[in-house]
Amino acid sequence: MEYVVITFLCLGILLYFLLGGADFGAGIIELFTSTKNRSRTRKTMYQAIGPVWEANHMWLIIAIVILFVGFPHIYTTMSVYLHIPLLIMLIGIIARGTAFVFRHYDAIKDDMQWLYNRIFRYSSFITPLFLGIIAGSVISGHIDTEAKDFQSAYIYSWLNWFSIAVGLFTVALCGFLAAIYLIGETEDELDKRRFIKKAEYMNIAAVLFGAMVFIAAHFDKIPLIDWVFKNPVGLIAIILASLSLVLLWYFLIRGKTQILRILAGFQVTMILVAISYAHFPNFIRLKNGDAISLFETIGPQKTIYSLGLALLLGSVLILPFLGYLFYKFQKKEE
Amino acid sequence: MDDFLAARSQMALSLGFHIVFSCIGMVMPFFMAVSHYKWLKTNDEVYKNLTKAWSKGVAIFFATGAVSGTMLSFELGLLWPKFMEHAGPIFGMPFSLEGTAFFIEAIALGFFLYGWDKLNKWFHWFTGMVVGVSGLASGILVVAANAWMNSPAGFDFINGQYLNVDPIQAMFNKAWFSQALHMCLAAFTATGFAVAGVHALMILRNQNKEFHLQAFKIAAVFACIGALLQPLSGDISAKDVAKRQPAKLAAMEALYQTEKPAPLLIGGIVNEKERTVKGAIKIPGALSFLAHGDFKAEVKGLDQIPKDEQPPVAITHYAFQMMVGIGTLLALISLVYFIHLLRKKSLLEKRWLLKLFVLAIPLGYVALEAGWVVTEVGRQPWIIYGIMRTKDAITPMPGIVYSFYIFSAIYLSLSVIVTFLLYRQIKMVPVLYNNSPSKTANH
Repeated sequence: MEYVVITFLCLGILLYFLLGGADFGAGIIELFTSTKNRSRTRKTMYQAIGPVWEANHMWLIIAIVILFVGFPHIYTTMSVYLHIPLLIMLIGIIARGTAFVFRHYDAIKDDMQWLYNRIFRYSSFITPLFLGIIAGSVISGHIDTEAKDFQSAYIYSWLNWFSIAVGLFTVALCGFLAAIYLIGETEDELDKRRFIKKAEYMNIAAVLFGAMVFIAAHFDKIPLIDWVFKNPVGLIAIILASLSLVLLWYFLIRGKTQILRILAGFQVTMILVAISYAHFPNFIRLKNGDAISLFETIGPQKTIYSLGLALLLGSVLILPFLGYLFYKFQKKEE
Repeated sequence: MDDFLAARSQMALSLGFHIVFSCIGMVMPFFMAVSHYKWLKTNDEVYKNLTKAWSKGVAIFFATGAVSGTMLSFELGLLWPKFMEHAGPIFGMPFSLEGTAFFIEAIALGFFLYGWDKLNKWFHWFTGMVVGVSGLASGILVVAANAWMNSPAGFDFINGQYLNVDPIQAMFNKAWFSQALHMCLAAFTATGFAVAGVHALMILRNQNKEFHLQAFKIAAVFACIGALLQPLSGDISAKDVAKRQPAKLAAMEALYQTEKPAPLLIGGIVNEKERTVKGAIKIPGALSFLAHGDFKAEVKGLDQIPKDEQPPVAITHYAFQMMVGIGTLLALISLVYFIHLLRKKSLLEKRWLLKLFVLAIPLGYVALEAGWVVTEVGRQPWIIYGIMRTKDAITPMPGIVYSFYIFSAIYLSLSVIVTFLLYRQIKMVPVLYNNSPSKTANH
């Protein structure tokens, strides 16, 4: 059963990254859209993510619940040493979700829209930035459980070049995912062109920030290159990701939306695999060289058993329903 | 303010905020389902408009409730990591099921809000029902987790270790039923009165009378049934608390000395230093009866509880009084309303009755919050009753007071904006849904 639970944990994180990420990305795209096109982008985006955005963010809840029920030590270590970035991320989630709903459901469209839009765009940027920072910090080995002073315990655990590079990389990936998703959500040729352009820029940004992650890892003495290139799975994943990049550009020019979505999702999945596989089942790397492993800190047997059962049962109920939701609201079908 | 007080205040604030939004998100779908059903059955446009108007409110509240709930699932760890480290695997079962229920609710809400004219009309109605049912299930599950903190079960506590963990037993702890029942009824009562009151106000102002009258009727029925059943559920809760948490009961009633028979206090000012209550009306033997079903039974006072295990008395007592007082008032209003219905008089003529409902707009929520204060403050100094103290659970990170300030500001501004949005939604009703009965007839 522990494999079921761990699979769901990975799945939750992955899907949150892909779906929630595309969702954040939509806000990032809006942030980087020229003022004259913004209202059009907003409209497409609303039709595209309106019905599904709440469901997309449930994956985060699923992942966090699995962590605190099944792996409480990991959950609490993150909560204590990454308190500040978690807090900022949460503020971002609150601000973004409410601003998105408020701007649509304000019965009178006036100057308040300006405020909602601002909040929505900036929090769409900040939230994935800090999600990335948190993810980077977890594997960066800067978390110091033996720290004596405030800075090294609660600030340097996440404020380092590597984490920030991962944060920016995450932002670019989210924007990229969203642009790819939005291409298929509009009928208008002009809009399509604009989203394709956006996807290209975001892709270039992702490649640049990806390179930055490697550079930062080098300076922070994180053996990222070893993880990715000295491990067969990591190597294969990164080769596949690069291959899909080539294919992506090929199809991007031709605007084949479904293939693009699959490729983009596949590429991001491969990147996550490449970075994380080498130290699986270790989840958190600590400063003193130790690591907190999923298997060693797993909760009591009965808990894992019932958690696994609940997840299996839940997915039987959720997945078909969710699939139908995506199917039903994909484009206008009439 | 020290970090401990700041952490407790932040938690109280977050929960207090989340409760209101989740209750509305949990109850409103049922109101919508009734109205939606009436629209499908009668083809009367008023019901369709009403369903749509309510669904906008639900979208606002659900989103706010969902993000504040996400916040809470992190906050438990951010503020109380030592609690979560041990409690997570034990009381996590309801949370993992709640994750599923909440997920289904979000999917169903997506269908419901965006499904107008796109889905089969009965499937559309069904998705609305699913929102309500899964919302209610989420509520019950979360309360079951809270009940575990009051009535820990499903593990053996040996030498400071939590052994033989059984999450199912933990979920079905002794307090889950009484707490969940009380919470659900409170949600229906508070939301029902708030919604009915708002629509009553609009009727009194002579705006879109037909629309608001139908809205009022649906909400009022739920509210009044809830309010009339609540005293029964309160009685179950009181007997349960008396058995499991005598310290909490003693604090609720400010019972400093063990008495046999014990009187029920109404009102009164608590002096925590002198351990006395002044100016309260005493009903002899009534507390004995409420706690143990026997007018002569002995009720344990705070004198039998070690000093360092006593909850704050004044807050618990006042909150309890407020909850019971408002509960009684709402039950009386409900009784009057039902008598009125039986006599088949038109509501529009009884302006005083509508005014009573307007008065009750905030009352249900005040009582609901007071009830949470009773159960949470009354459990102190424990975070897991009898096992772990709240002060031992707090995060080692200093400076929590700043995060408390930040969150106070966030929740305050969110409350202001939500109120503002709701005000605008209601203000726009005449513009958005202005079809007088004659128009509908022509339709």
